[in-house]
Amino acid sequence: MTDVREVDVLVVGAGPAGLAAAARLAAAGVGRVEVLDRERQAGGVPRHCAHGGFGTWSRPLTGPAYARRLVAAAERAGAVVRTGVTALDWAGPLALHTVGPHGPETIAARAVVLATGARERPRTARLVPGTRPAGVYTTGELQQAVHLYGQRVGARAVVVGAEDVSYAAADTVRAAGARVVAMVTDLPRAQTAPARALDSRLRHGAVLLTGTTVADLLGHGRLSGVRVRHRDGRTAVLPCDTVVFTGDFVPDHELARRGGLTLDAGTRGPAVDGSLHTSRPGVYAVGSVLHAVESAATAAREGAHVARTVLDTLAGAERPAGVPLVVDPPLRWIAPNRVTPADGLPYVLRTTAFLSRAVAEVTQDGRPLHRERLGAAVPNRTLGLTARWTSRVDPGGGPVRVGLTGR
Amino acid sequence: MTVTAHGPLPATPYDVTVVGAGVVGSAVARELARHPELRVALVEAQDDVGQGTSKANTAILHTGFDAVPGSLEARLVREGARLLAAYAAESGIPVEPVGALLVAWDEEQHAALPGLLEKAERNHYRDARLVGPAELYAREPDLGPGALGALHVPGESIICPWTTTLAYATQAVRAGADLHLNCRVERASRQDGAHVLRTTRGTLRTRLLVNAAGLHADTLDRALGHDDFTVTPRRGQLLVFDKLARSLVRHILLPVPTALGKGVLVAPTVYGTVLLGPTAEDLDDKRDTGSTAEGLALLREKGGRVLPALLDEEVTAVYAGLRAATEQDDYRITAHPEEGYVTVGGIRSTGLTASLAIASYVTDLLPGLGPTRELEPVRMPNLGEAFPRPYQRPELIAADPEYGTLVCHCERVSRGEIRDALAATIPPAGLDGLRRRTRARAGRCQGFYCGAAVRALFEETRRASAVGEPFEEARP
Ligand SMILES: Cc1cc2nc3c(=O)[nH]c(=O)nc-3n(C[C@H](O)[C@H](O)[C@H](O)COP(=O)(O)OP(=O)(O)OC[C@H]3O[C@@H](n4cnc5c(N)ncnc54)[C@H](O)[C@@H]3O)c2cc1C
Ligand SMILES: Cc1cc2nc3c(=O)[nH]c(=O)nc-3n(C[C@H](O)[C@H](O)[C@H](O)COP(=O)(O)OP(=O)(O)OC[C@H]3O[C@@H](n4cnc5c(N)ncnc54)[C@H](O)[C@@H]3O)c2cc1C
Repeated sequence: MTDVREVDVLVVGAGPAGLAAAARLAAAGVGRVEVLDRERQAGGVPRHCAHGGFGTWSRPLTGPAYARRLVAAAERAGAVVRTGVTALDWAGPLALHTVGPHGPETIAARAVVLATGARERPRTARLVPGTRPAGVYTTGELQQAVHLYGQRVGARAVVVGAEDVSYAAADTVRAAGARVVAMVTDLPRAQTAPARALDSRLRHGAVLLTGTTVADLLGHGRLSGVRVRHRDGRTAVLPCDTVVFTGDFVPDHELARRGGLTLDAGTRGPAVDGSLHTSRPGVYAVGSVLHAVESAATAAREGAHVARTVLDTLAGAERPAGVPLVVDPPLRWIAPNRVTPADGLPYVLRTTAFLSRAVAEVTQDGRPLHRERLGAAVPNRTLGLTARWTSRVDPGGGPVRVGLTGR
Repeated sequence: MTVTAHGPLPATPYDVTVVGAGVVGSAVARELARHPELRVALVEAQDDVGQGTSKANTAILHTGFDAVPGSLEARLVREGARLLAAYAAESGIPVEPVGALLVAWDEEQHAALPGLLEKAERNHYRDARLVGPAELYAREPDLGPGALGALHVPGESIICPWTTTLAYATQAVRAGADLHLNCRVERASRQDGAHVLRTTRGTLRTRLLVNAAGLHADTLDRALGHDDFTVTPRRGQLLVFDKLARSLVRHILLPVPTALGKGVLVAPTVYGTVLLGPTAEDLDDKRDTGSTAEGLALLREKGGRVLPALLDEEVTAVYAGLRAATEQDDYRITAHPEEGYVTVGGIRSTGLTASLAIASYVTDLLPGLGPTRELEPVRMPNLGEAFPRPYQRPELIAADPEYGTLVCHCERVSRGEIRDALAATIPPAGLDGLRRRTRARAGRCQGFYCGAAVRALFEETRRASAVGEPFEEARP
């Protein structure tokens, strides 16, 4: 048996979401706010995103710089950031078993915030057939290999996916001195800014194959090529020694599942309302674990937002029940995915279809609550929906539905 | 203690040479190492032990309840199961006696169960019994609907195949056997009563020879002038589901066997994951260990019937193994005493279980091995979830914090374990070998989080040892 140590708020995961939450809570004067991260350095995914796209419009930053600022801000506010410590499992409703170089420890808290992030589905989970050669990556592994460890990758890479993260992967391949021979997407076009897609193709010579899937990995020992299949049935072999599977993110929901928290069927993260309460009183969830990968700014915004909820709960506020928030096709998921009339956090949504002028319609038991123009809808890219309609939700009614129309 | 991976082979002749460091060849080498007067070599074409069929199976320690009664296989599986269970307990190889349920999904299958019970008894296995649907669903609450009953075989267990092969080879090497890796035997002849093996690393002479070359045992046999059998690779594709699926299944769930083979099973693994497979496809290419879209679709269809909830879980590995099938439904172990040669062929789908019994059977066929001794026991690192892993052992972490420093998070592998594996008697030649020794990178993220860090640790050690003899044991 290990002794139980008590803190006020325990945050699991020192990425943008967890660090932002801890900074706010500590600044608000909560006694002991402790953030755990199993990595040797705090900062989460931005640590290895050695490119711009973080920070604010006025102060753009690279991922690593952004990560350092978040860590510094949390520590300055008085939060304790402990790295190399893994939260293993629950030891009670609001207590976790942990392990680190100092051994096992059980930490109990008055509130627990899960900020455990997300990862890309690897080749195996995508059931891509073929041999099992070396040279198969996800973007996360590739970025760490190149930017954190200076490791070599092969000379010719195929990038699977054509969304923002896929283009970031292509940049990393080039930074490692290799060539991107092709990018492959099963969708009819790229899901990034047209300028970025064009630049990759024209300036860097990376062919974009649309309507195409990876059918087979080839090669013994080292990858020798990938067989691709076009929607019309034609196949071709792309010779390459490296393949990067990008996108197709899934939340790291192990702790949420081990704790028996209710998950949302769409996001596969814990179900939360607009105050980021999970199904278990005193446990909250923020960031990529809720909606596998949005911008770091969204994660940090949720971290700041949950701080308010935690402060209210510590002061004795009740958790409202709320009703489920569900989506209809072509939407895949929405987060948060429960709603109470007081909710004010904007929503993020994902769609499976391209629509040029998408309109969201929110209804409850057939009663229209809200209609909002969302602009262009693109698979694998965020759609945002305001929370201006939540006060119209009947907390005793049925699920609230969000539909998407457009051309 | 000698492990070599390159350079010329020793010029002095060996007394016995075993070709093939799979689970069978390694077990034979270990058995031979019990004879202190013998100079023993274990030669392997690939860069690590257990890289052939022995790394890619369903990891079940069979009772032999369904073997062909009276066959050599039935006998060696039965004996081997007992020997390996005891050896595993001594060496720290994870084994879990979860038991098996042969589930009948239609009337015909249901009607076949009593016959299987009787067959089990003819195989000297008396603990099997029939269970009705109520008990079946009580034992396996997540089983798909419609099962009519089952045969319960409590003695079937799950085991770690990687640790098993590695334990045998480690013990053989520590007892004085030479392990030569990257050493493919290409031609063989006899000169002055000895075998002369031409290998990719030069010539090796040996008085006695054991052919445990698995899929290539027929080729080597022919090189020695025998044409007794032909190996047809029978591929089995498998899926491994995430640890979060482990609670869905409690027993090894087998289908009722048909003429086509044992069929697709769902089974827990000692690592806390869930296996679905294998397929059975006869091929011509002994290297074709790839998976196919059709194979994976078939597995999902079958698995969905047995355990519908399984299909919602994440797949962490897809692999395929090749069984060494021959024209006959039995092992093909043949001694040629006048030549000092034994072939161990056709060890198809039970070789892991039978390995220790095969080893003792084979050494009995070799003449003049001299006195025996007890071997120093080995203690292998534990990869099993049913036993405390290093991160769960406070006393170990207190003594060495590296065991509390997790590198691979999904599988909870510590830096200490990776360091130990890299410094072991038989160090891994690559990241796949490291995975089989530690489980690093074997989990749900497949390296998204830990891949680069694990590779860095591996390459660091490789660089540090590159100055000396890379695969020689550094410490006593
Ligand atoms: C390859 C890639 C490129 C990206 N590029 C951009 C970009 O250019 N711009 C942008 O704005 N966003 C980008 N993003 C998205 C952004 O990184 C994420 O939105 C953000 O990191 C999410 O923050 P988080 O705190 O929720 O999770 P993460 O940053 O993933 O942090 C989660 C942390 O939790 C820790 N953890 C998990 N489980 C445990 C446990 N059991 N015990 C202890 N610690 C645990 C992990 O070690 C990790 O450090 C990118 C994401 C990826 C994957
Ligand atoms: C899908 C599947 C499921 C199975 N499930 C089980 C199970 O649940 N339980 C069980 O007990 N058994 C099971 N088996 C069977 C078991 O895996 C095999 O019987 C066993 O691994 C055979 O071991 P081996 O040493 O004979 O062959 P291998 O492991 O193939 O070893 C032979 C070695 O010889 C080497 N070699 C070949 N030619 C040469 C040469 N010319 N020179 C030097 N080296 C050479 C190879 O590189 C190889 O390493 C299964 C098999 C498969 C395919």
